[in-house]
Amino acid sequence: MYFFEDIAIGQRRELGSFTFTADLIKTFARRFDPQRFHLDEEEGRKSLFGGLAASGWHVGSVCMKLMVTDGQRRAREAAALGKTIAVWGPSPGFRDLRWIKPVLAGDTISFASEVESVRSSEKRPEWGIVQARNTGTNQRGELVFSFLATAFVPRRTAGSD
Amino acid sequence: MTLTFEDYPLGHFGTFGPRHVAREEILAFAAEFDPQPMHLDEAAASRSMLKGLSASGWHLCSIMMRMMVDGFLGRSASLGSPGVNEVRWLAPLRSGDDLVLDIEVAEARVSRSRPGTGIVTFKAIARNAAGQALCEMVSPIMLARRADAAAEQAR
Repeated sequence: MYFFEDIAIGQRRELGSFTFTADLIKTFARRFDPQRFHLDEEEGRKSLFGGLAASGWHVGSVCMKLMVTDGQRRAREAAALGKTIAVWGPSPGFRDLRWIKPVLAGDTISFASEVESVRSSEKRPEWGIVQARNTGTNQRGELVFSFLATAFVPRRTAGSD
Repeated sequence: MTLTFEDYPLGHFGTFGPRHVAREEILAFAAEFDPQPMHLDEAAASRSMLKGLSASGWHLCSIMMRMMVDGFLGRSASLGSPGVNEVRWLAPLRSGDDLVLDIEVAEARVSRSRPGTGIVTFKAIARNAAGQALCEMVSPIMLARRADAAAEQAR
């Protein structure tokens, strides 16, 4: 994982892709979003989605999963080079999340993250605050998902400048 | 009776819960979707900014969604949601917490492109048993209008 000082506006990471099978869509929906169009193919077809559609929270959670996995991959690479690993802090929230197109059973979504802004934390000098636009694109190249995420990222020299 | 757009006037709509959150479900969600040490491991979590094991923010949002479906969306003419304007994670969700969800209708308007559809913007606040706000979410949801109300306006 990167430290705050390693991050610049415009940096982009491909986070990997994920296939939303009908089974995974229904399992998530039964736990967290049991609306008919997330549970049943026929109900999905009759809905605005036009097919069995993943809960938007499922799409967001999978994006989180791939972000964390990507971070762990970077941490392993850094460790292999003998570099210090930055452990990112929690997120205070996000804004402007859009479920642009439905994610239907069988769709494969590729996620990416692009840095939009960086600033220091006034209250916590050992942390910086990074905003990134995270997106999901389906196998037809259509943008289906987007949100502006915020995270606390540790500074390389705690408490300096 | 199915709730439609007309059943969501501006203002406080209702309070839902409590919903108990067990340690096992926090760990299971984190293992599947957010395997950061602060959501999985007590020792690492106690060293983190959140000072103790806490649920993934996406888990909290997903539980809030479930509380909305159980509370009112499940018996509403819900057509899905275009997105979320804002989520603020204000304080960590701990294992054993009992969540209560306050729902306010912040905005309600008829869709310009689909006159049979209304868009209701909800402000949802999840609190723990002590009354501390853990998460604030503002999200529009599309709801069908009552047939006669939509026809009245089309005339």
